Amino acid sequence: MERADYERLRWRCIRRALLELDISLTRFLDNGFDKLNDEEQQVFVELADMEDHDLWYLISGQADCDDPRLAPIVAMLRKS
Amino acid sequence: MSIPVLKFDAVIVGAGGAGLRSAIQLSEAGLKTAVLSKVFPTRSHTVAAQGGVAASLGNSEEDHWTWHMYDTVKGSDWLGDQDAIEFMCKKANEVVVELEHYGMPFDRTDDGKIYQRPFGGHMSNFGEKPVRRSCAAADRTGHAMLHAMYQRNVKANTQFFVEWMALDLIRDEEGHVLGVTAMEMETGQIVIFHARATIFATGGAGRIFYSSTNAFINTGDGLGMAARAGIPLEDMEFWQFHPTGVAGAGVLITEGVRGEGGILRNSSKERFMERYAPNAKDLASRDVVSRAMATEIKEGRGCGVNKDYVLLDITHLDPATIMKRLPGIHEIGLQFAGVDCLKEPLPVVPTCHYQMGGIPTHYSGRVVAPKDGDHSSIVPGFYAGGECACASVHGANRLGTNSLLDLLVFGKSAGDSAVEDLKAGRAHRELPKDVADKTLARISALDNRKGGANVHETRLAMQRTMQDHAGVFRFGDMLKQGVEKILEVEKAARQLEIKDKSMAWNTARTEALEMENLIEVAKATMISAEARKESRGAHVRDDAPDTAEFPNGRNDKEWLKHTLFSPVDNSISYKPVNMQPLTVEAVALKTRSY
Repeated sequence: MERADYERLRWRCIRRALLELDISLTRFLDNGFDKLNDEEQQVFVELADMEDHDLWYLISGQADCDDPRLAPIVAMLRKS
Repeated sequence: MSIPVLKFDAVIVGAGGAGLRSAIQLSEAGLKTAVLSKVFPTRSHTVAAQGGVAASLGNSEEDHWTWHMYDTVKGSDWLGDQDAIEFMCKKANEVVVELEHYGMPFDRTDDGKIYQRPFGGHMSNFGEKPVRRSCAAADRTGHAMLHAMYQRNVKANTQFFVEWMALDLIRDEEGHVLGVTAMEMETGQIVIFHARATIFATGGAGRIFYSSTNAFINTGDGLGMAARAGIPLEDMEFWQFHPTGVAGAGVLITEGVRGEGGILRNSSKERFMERYAPNAKDLASRDVVSRAMATEIKEGRGCGVNKDYVLLDITHLDPATIMKRLPGIHEIGLQFAGVDCLKEPLPVVPTCHYQMGGIPTHYSGRVVAPKDGDHSSIVPGFYAGGECACASVHGANRLGTNSLLDLLVFGKSAGDSAVEDLKAGRAHRELPKDVADKTLARISALDNRKGGANVHETRLAMQRTMQDHAGVFRFGDMLKQGVEKILEVEKAARQLEIKDKSMAWNTARTEALEMENLIEVAKATMISAEARKESRGAHVRDDAPDTAEFPNGRNDKEWLKHTLFSPVDNSISYKPVNMQPLTVEAVALKTRSY
């Protein structure tokens, strides 16, 4: 990922509406993101683009993740 | 250096509830309106508001705005201005119905009216019994509100500048406000927004505390800009705390956990609430529980290496009950405390939640400041609404669901006042020659400084100082030390250094600029808190205890007044509380008890 794209993504992860996501996404960016391949990174970008409540319910297990493309990254976020 | 100038009738800083509500008034009046936001509008912190918005619609049972007003004055511990409180409570029905017309999907009763539910502190008939006054959209009230208002703004042609950060307020020699300087994050370019009206709706600054439920975005940008422009900050000693945030993270643990049987314990595993509230124990009111927790920590009975938190124990509860009745709590423990709460207690600490003080405003949304002996002289061209402003309706403590009402009512009134002033002929005034000099100097200093202070370390030092010295329960000696410490931190915050010098998406620079705003708020809070020698609402001092002469430690003879912190020389002055409502009789002073 280009530097500018990464920094934009970073800003969109460290300044969320919900504190839970600020912490969770920042932690994942710092500890897991660079281990993802290009395709997985794009899935993360897609997740980061979701509405805050929807994403937090997925990460906190209050909602099921039915999309097989998203599920592996959601599982990583839950464990991070 | 030539800086681009963008000219608008109005510039609004912040696209949360208050900013969006203001923008609707301006754009629908046909005025060219810009809204600047660090994030996409529907990602503002208003999203986190779940409880609802208060309005005495009376859909579920009899209700009246005068009852709501009484509750709000009482909740404020009589520090709220009664003219502003009347204005807000009276306007509540109007702004809620407008929101419904914008498409807000409120919960409904069977016969199609807006469903209303009870909420703490909201009572019928002047404090008699709880009343159903809160209007909500499931658990996404704030989120739904932002969506409805954003759409309305799109329709009205409001121009959004998303991922832009306002940096400094522009004032001329006569004190008129002429707009802001701002930075586009994608390019790092500095631009002047030259406006006939400037409205701040930048939200709170809860990130000054180590433990805060506020999202990272709440860095008090509006307060920092106002302070740097010489505008005082009002009642900054008043911050609402929630008893149980996850230690180190701030994420809120619902009171439902104690409701289901959760027990607070200290380092000796003692159920300490038995000493503080023998009957209610862990179910005592928020302030009693918070104070007990703070006392345990101060007296060395906290847990962990730094002895700076207590434990919330639910390991004795049935796991099936926890998973069923407290959804998300298990995951919160795992994610933010690294604790499986079915097996181990959760580390918790009283956590900052809401800022009652802010930029002083009249209930019309116009910013006011002392001038020539008038403590509330209008600052021409400047307006504010929502959490960054202090009208003051929340006084020393805010009632739940009044924050969303505040941003609707005062967002709208700030917009209306700006429209009124512009239609009365307020023109673009000439920009000062040195219009962007201070902003450029700040940016340049950040980019060029070597051997300066680290942003992260400085922020942490500030947050620790605020948490330890001006937390939920305050001690005279700690406050005195706190003033000295925060002034030391301020020195570091004036000498920040960043390693990344790039222009595009330089988050290090943005965070440094945010830190320069946070420190203004932290300093105002600490100095204002040290100066107020009574207990009132959320400001509770160990050395101002509950006595017969001063119930709850409140001293109306000396302290029934608003604090004004002057950032120019760190001095404090006071102005009277407005005890005169607009049309009804005043709510007379009495002891606040529930």
